Amino acid sequence: MAKHWRQTHVREKSSCCSAAPKLVFACSGGADVGALADQVARKLTADGVAKMFCLAGIGGRVSGILKTTEAASKIVAIDGCPLNCARKSLEEAGFTDFGHVQLADLGYKKGESPVTEERVLTAAMATVPHFANLS
Amino acid sequence: MEIKVLGPGCAKCKEAEKIVLEAVKESGVAATVEKIADFQQIASFGVFSTPAVVIDGEVKVVGKVPSKGDVLSWLQ
Repeated sequence: MAKHWRQTHVREKSSCCSAAPKLVFACSGGADVGALADQVARKLTADGVAKMFCLAGIGGRVSGILKTTEAASKIVAIDGCPLNCARKSLEEAGFTDFGHVQLADLGYKKGESPVTEERVLTAAMATVPHFANLS
Repeated sequence: MEIKVLGPGCAKCKEAEKIVLEAVKESGVAATVEKIADFQQIASFGVFSTPAVVIDGEVKVVGKVPSKGDVLSWLQ
């Protein structure tokens, strides 16, 4: 699995009343692999690993979404296909320090990978270490 | 100018509110300052870490206490 780390962007990490969140962004694209990325992010949220956050808010430059993302302790983007829309959206907004999971690297091809519980679990397990290893 | 300080009420949130009030007074800007502690209202701004400061609908800072200098620059 390829890892795409971005370490140059320094984020504010201080927080008080509520801890700096761990955020996961999914491309949530129209293809089956986009749906898979979406379901992986939702599973990670349900399991308490991270909080799925709105990639559309990044694209729309919504100030609260941007500032919360800047304050995050860890960020991971999940892309369903090699177009890497989630990664590029974050980069266009100025974020460079985040983990990246590319579902194609896990063998999931667009149009041939409908969402199944097994695929969601496999991709989720491939994503979890990105939250553990980023510092 | 409408300023909202978002936070459930911990020491840093109170500090953020204090700094905002001091900056408003120092700047002489006509502004209302509202403290918001309700999590649903806080989340409605897309904010999931506190304290946070919102000025005229734009979130200026999340997850840390701003300096008075920062707030003064936002008020200009």
